[in-house]
Amino acid sequence: MGAVVALDDLLQQRRIWKAQPTPLPPSAQPTGHAALDALLPTGGWPESALSEILMPSEGVGELQLLWPTLARLTRNAERVVLVAPPHVPYPQAWQVAGVDLRWLAIIQACGRDALWATEQCLRSGSCGAVLCWPQRADDRALRRLQVAAETGQTLAFAYRSLQEAINPFQSVPGMDVIRCRAGPGASRWSQVFPGQWRGEGNGRCRGAG
Amino acid sequence: MRWACVLLPQLALDGVLRRCSDPDAPLALVTGTAQRRVLQTVNPAARALGLRAGQSLTAAHALTHDFTLVEYAPDEIERWQRFLAAWGYRFSSHVSLCYPRTLLLEIESSLALFGPWPRFEARLREELTALGFRHRIVAAPNPLAARILANAHDGLAIANDEAMRETLGRMPVERIGLAREVATAFARMGLRTLSQVLALPRDTLARRFPAQVQLHLDTLLGERALALDCYVPPDRFDGRIELNFEVESHQALLFPLRRLTADLAAFLAGRDSGVQRFALHLQHADAADSVIQVGLLSAERDPAMLFELARGRLEQVQVVTPVRGVRLLARELPAFVPEHRELFDERPQQSLPWEQLRERLRARLGDEAVQGLRAQADHRPEHAWQAAGDGKPGPILQGPSRPGWLLRQPMPLRESAPRILAGPERIESGWWDGGDVRRDYYLIETRSGQRAWAYRPLGESGPFMLQGWFA
Repeated sequence: MGAVVALDDLLQQRRIWKAQPTPLPPSAQPTGHAALDALLPTGGWPESALSEILMPSEGVGELQLLWPTLARLTRNAERVVLVAPPHVPYPQAWQVAGVDLRWLAIIQACGRDALWATEQCLRSGSCGAVLCWPQRADDRALRRLQVAAETGQTLAFAYRSLQEAINPFQSVPGMDVIRCRAGPGASRWSQVFPGQWRGEGNGRCRGAG
Repeated sequence: MRWACVLLPQLALDGVLRRCSDPDAPLALVTGTAQRRVLQTVNPAARALGLRAGQSLTAAHALTHDFTLVEYAPDEIERWQRFLAAWGYRFSSHVSLCYPRTLLLEIESSLALFGPWPRFEARLREELTALGFRHRIVAAPNPLAARILANAHDGLAIANDEAMRETLGRMPVERIGLAREVATAFARMGLRTLSQVLALPRDTLARRFPAQVQLHLDTLLGERALALDCYVPPDRFDGRIELNFEVESHQALLFPLRRLTADLAAFLAGRDSGVQRFALHLQHADAADSVIQVGLLSAERDPAMLFELARGRLEQVQVVTPVRGVRLLARELPAFVPEHRELFDERPQQSLPWEQLRERLRARLGDEAVQGLRAQADHRPEHAWQAAGDGKPGPILQGPSRPGWLLRQPMPLRESAPRILAGPERIESGWWDGGDVRRDYYLIETRSGQRAWAYRPLGESGPFMLQGWFA
């Protein structure tokens, strides 16, 4: 017999698949959008996991989705790392959104180096959240990032284009897809919901379809 | 017990062996003229093959060819001795190199810091073994006695003068550092040990032997003080490892690199300084050195970290011509300030602190790869941001909202009938610094629902130039 392992811990780490579905423990990482929190299975971002944010194109509110989370983390003196962002973050807009730029780090890299840097940041556990924009990343690379996020207990976000990610939601324009790669075993989920949650912040409202 | 003598019996051999990745392979140091080459020292594996020190090279080759030959270099011995003095400087402020292949450390004032002598000695031995040097250590009340006792003992610690006099008295006269003819004269007079010599009346001894003999004996017994020079560590580190063969792969360079960075760390610990910038020279047989600069953001001296960072830079470099030697040069050695750690860390899961992570990323991706972001008080979007280190966040400009993403280069907006949601907003600035900008900015929604920030130069009616996304 090995060491005594608490059953609760095992279940929380999602290492054991239970036939009877149990509600997931509530997340300690609210998204900052009440409507979105209500839609997500854990009521917030999945902790220590990679969340993929699949978007049809740029400029549809993908930063506004994360700004409340980043603002909360930087206010608590947690470091937020952007690995190879596609454009320059406009400091004024980020500051207005509440992000403390002192805790923001930007890593310039490309291709495989960007994936490597993301993995290092996640694994180190010294960052609050790591955002990356993987280009043509395969499932194995994303799986590595997921494991790294679990090891470092760090929030990881990967922005990917909807066209690139092979998924059945391609035909649903105007919908947001957030996909969580969960730990070994189970509860890998995808969430599709209409973009209305975004309506509150900036007076923008888009109907589905 | 004031002085420790660290005797290094095989300094030349150890200096060569520590740069070989396989120290158990037969190896011999060779010296002498081109006509008569003689083995100077052999390692145990070579001795097992029948090789002996003093053998001529021809005789050795008649026995076997399966051993490596390295030229015996007296200046290398000097260099290693100085390196070890720098190492010993960590443990004592008074290190002396006045005897060859020997370090003399004043230890009494260091005992309070490094614990009682047995623990102190164990630590010295452990570090010397890790550095790859064989050694004998003896502690005694005066430096010369420690040196003489190290001839015959290892691990001896003598606390007071009586015990020292007694132990010294048992030493044979040939081994107490007297000139050879004096020692022979004593032996012929039937005086075999030092105690017999000391039993002689002082005036008769003075009449029969040169004055140096009496002086030497007095110094040995601590009746006459010995003024020792004081070693001062140099202000720079220059380590070099010559490879026995030509190396063309990174893998084979890792072992010498690990040795060099470990030496650098030992040197820095002795000086209580860190290193912020050092250069790796890959020396080629018939070309100029390839120089790899390794720069750090703060002074460090952890051997594992120095190795990893140097390795990260080394692996980026294409080795074009075979490498014959590796040299590590560090000129600037700033004071080392240990990192400030919180007792109750806010992120307990942290396995690698941010500072180390940043160094690791910079080592592989380049010095400019990790940046911060700072706002600039300028209305022109191109000048509104600045890549910066961990500094101030910059001012917040009041005004209409700005997009979250700013394109590095404005590009024409490919949209036939854009829907203008807001604008124009005139930005006109920069006539004083040459970057004159006169533009009308619009908030535009494309047909697919993207929100763009685009402009038209003042007075023109061409396509909109896309400069940002309200993402």
